[in-house]
Amino acid sequence: MKTVKFLSTTIFATALIFSCSSDDESTPEPVLEEEVITTMTITLQADGQADVILQTQDLDGDGPNLPVVTVSGDLSSNTNYSGSITLLNETEDPAENMTLEIEEEDLAHQFFYSVGSGLDAETDYNDADSEGNPLGLDFVLSANSASSGTITFTLRHEPNKPNMGLEDAGGETDIEATFDVSIQ
Amino acid sequence: MRNYILLLLIFCSIASMSQNCDNSLSGKVTDIHDGQSLVGVTLTIANTEQSIQTGLDGKFYFPKLCNDTYYIQVSHPYCLTKGYKVRVFGNTKKSFKLEHHVEELNQVTIEGKAFGENSKTVLESTLNKEDLERFSTGTLGNALNSLSGVSSLNTGNSVVKPIINGLHSSRVVIMNNGVRMEDQRWGVEHAPNIDINSIGNLTLIKGAAALQYSGDATGGIIILESPKVAVKDTIYGQTSISGISNGRGVLVNSKITKSNLNGWYSSFQGSLKRTGDTEAPNYLLSNTGVSERNASIKLGFNRFDYKIEAYYSIFKNQLGILRASHLGGAQDQVRAISSPTPLIINDFTYDLNAPRQDVTHHLGRIIAFKELGKHGKLSFQYDYQQNNRLEYDIRRGDDRDKAALDLELITHTVQSNFETNKSDVIHIKSGIIGRYQKNYPNPNTGIRRLIPDYTKYDLGIYAMIDTDISESLILEIGGRFDYTHMNVYKFYRNSFWESRDYDVIFPEIVVEEFGTQILTQPKLNFYNSSATLGTTYSFRDDYKLFFNYSLASRAPNPSELFSEGLHHSAARIELGDLRFNSEIGHKFAITLQKNNKNYSFSIQPYINTINDFIVIEPVDITETIRGNFQVWEFRQTNAQLIGVDIDASYPINEKLKLNHQFSLVKGYDRSRDKPLISMPPANFKNEIVYKNSEYNNFRISLQSNYVFRQNEFPNNNFDVYIPQTETYELVDFSTPPGAYHLLNFNSSIDFKTSKKTILTAGLEISNILNTSYRNYLSRLRLYADDLGRNFLLTLKLNY
Repeated sequence: MKTVKFLSTTIFATALIFSCSSDDESTPEPVLEEEVITTMTITLQADGQADVILQTQDLDGDGPNLPVVTVSGDLSSNTNYSGSITLLNETEDPAENMTLEIEEEDLAHQFFYSVGSGLDAETDYNDADSEGNPLGLDFVLSANSASSGTITFTLRHEPNKPNMGLEDAGGETDIEATFDVSIQ
Repeated sequence: MRNYILLLLIFCSIASMSQNCDNSLSGKVTDIHDGQSLVGVTLTIANTEQSIQTGLDGKFYFPKLCNDTYYIQVSHPYCLTKGYKVRVFGNTKKSFKLEHHVEELNQVTIEGKAFGENSKTVLESTLNKEDLERFSTGTLGNALNSLSGVSSLNTGNSVVKPIINGLHSSRVVIMNNGVRMEDQRWGVEHAPNIDINSIGNLTLIKGAAALQYSGDATGGIIILESPKVAVKDTIYGQTSISGISNGRGVLVNSKITKSNLNGWYSSFQGSLKRTGDTEAPNYLLSNTGVSERNASIKLGFNRFDYKIEAYYSIFKNQLGILRASHLGGAQDQVRAISSPTPLIINDFTYDLNAPRQDVTHHLGRIIAFKELGKHGKLSFQYDYQQNNRLEYDIRRGDDRDKAALDLELITHTVQSNFETNKSDVIHIKSGIIGRYQKNYPNPNTGIRRLIPDYTKYDLGIYAMIDTDISESLILEIGGRFDYTHMNVYKFYRNSFWESRDYDVIFPEIVVEEFGTQILTQPKLNFYNSSATLGTTYSFRDDYKLFFNYSLASRAPNPSELFSEGLHHSAARIELGDLRFNSEIGHKFAITLQKNNKNYSFSIQPYINTINDFIVIEPVDITETIRGNFQVWEFRQTNAQLIGVDIDASYPINEKLKLNHQFSLVKGYDRSRDKPLISMPPANFKNEIVYKNSEYNNFRISLQSNYVFRQNEFPNNNFDVYIPQTETYELVDFSTPPGAYHLLNFNSSIDFKTSKKTILTAGLEISNILNTSYRNYLSRLRLYADDLGRNFLLTLKLNY
């Protein structure tokens, strides 16, 4: 008798557990990634010259599509350009301006500019964080003689500040984008 | 109690009749734990009251018995009495095993183990309470590591995942007090959520032979049981405190057990552990502290023919992951790997900063056993598990303190098992199991779900039969069938969905489109069969030859099916595959064992062939706005693992003993004819132990552990372009580190502090020579050395 009772309890409990799970639950909501940077736009301006825009856009982030890199035109020789960097998260609608987050956390970020050997150009920081170390959202690019080559923009998160450059900056790479540019 | 048993035995054996009574019954009584002969054991034949004692060699002899079935009571002052049914036919030999630990005994017929032996044709390795206590400050993985054939996959010193004969994660099943752990074992950096201090006994079965637990343990099964409670009027406990030098930590552990002769018992255990940053020989390993809080409670009622027990445990673990291991893309990896010291070394702290994990695991179980007399034994169990895993990453802005991963996994299981003896020689185990599981990834993390929302249903049935073909030959055969249904809600990126041609293969599972993502609802079914067939042959008194073939089938786990995107803590993109089917393993294992007082050894060669083995390997480098990342893709292949585990121990005299262990495993991808990634290198352990039970149980041991270099590995290195220097650099994450040799010291001594209390003091030194080394199976080996010297001082009071 006891056995029968025991067995029936078993079966009943099993049935109970399996019946209380129904399939008609609501579907999950999509996650909108909040801190992803999809787009970096670098605007180079100089008096009397057309703006040169360098842009990298990676709308699927770490998905299989490659970033789309565009350069709007050539730089003019012997010209000092003032450069500014804007960062966007375009997975959100409207796109979120991520530049503001970098400005807010200026002590934990720094941009670096690496000019490839073929290109006759120099860069210099044109802004500073709250402790007087460079942040790099604004910079000056001096385009010297006619030449062509690459320029790479690197954003490091939590670098050692101050530093001598990328060699001792440490931290983690948040952005790294290389552009092919020419000076005419 | 003893009288009660005798009464029952008498009652059972009334039917026995006398005839042709010139036979004898002889044999030996040994300790179930170490196989030592037990002296002064009283054996009583129930209806005749014939009684004898074992001699110095543990042997006994009953003359003048009939060809009949006898009920024999076996008792010893330090063991709980056991009853046996023995069939005498001619001059019969029969050996008995008793449990020689008075305070952790269980009821007579209702064993502590849920259902008797796990498998009769595979050699089990065990760690008893005493062995386990030596690892109280470590992890479960550390304790398992002391067994041959087991190594571990580490992320630092606090995330230690067992690897059994080369296999890990979902291929290793852990049974915690009869409950199959469902604690998100799929990740490399997810350690088993178990407090080692809550365990009283550990059994390891290499392979899938113990089908009553699961059919998918291609690697093996680890069975953990809380300490057993004797049915007698008693209260006892233990409190220990340990100081840990490396990490400047402390562990406090306490347990107390109360039991009554009327069958009620209860026990409570709790432990607290806190350590700060640990140290390698030459530098601090920043952010490697641990904070752990665990408790378990057990309440039960144990009668001769039934038993009910409720168990609950909570495990809460917060741990830091080496700060220098958190990286951006491949360029950062080049910097980190080429640097001789970790890129980030801060001052010592107890703080746990990002990257860190915060895991909580609740486990509850209710089990009831019922003896059905000659029909057998029936049990019913319900268990509930809730696992919450939070992982914190280095983040920016408002998300800085928000978890990057927030998963909740809830599992309900019901099962019923039935065990019966068809005759004296045929023993049958069978059962049915149902499981419901739900995973909820919290979307508030602001990061795409690593593991999707899913519900999973499992239904399994099994039966196992073993039969004594003769006194020396046992045959075992078993089968199991599992059905798994998964109902999943998964968001895919459009770009991935299309690049995999899923839009062509699975158009029907799309539920809704959301700009760059689509919601899909895959419904997956897996039908898995598993089986075991084995024999054990005993010869020349102390030799045994085991042979076992086991077939294991494992359904792919959610990580293997659904991974799609950047795995931040590994700095790589991981891609699963929705099209995977179950992997099927065939393992042949032979064991030759000699177990005797003077010399014992075991040799266990095996070959494990796994079809559709799911492996993750680097396939590509992809460019993102964050730089270049490695792409690791899960794929199915045919794998083969061949290896051997050797154990030997040799007592030089009564007090001095030598222990040796050697393990070797070779793993190959047969489809591509390449070695498998992350295979444990060969290792060789030698230990000398001095133990003097006359002098305060003084025990001292010195252990040498030599780990060879892994010479067979797939070369997945790649070159990455560094724009700043305009050079190509090699990212070498394949080449294994060199061989290393560690020396460990362990000692303990007991002091009788009062009539009922014993104080044990222990000193342990690991890595005595402060050797700098890197372990091939540690994920952090690319960035930092392993732990340096560690002093561990433990004071333990038994009362």
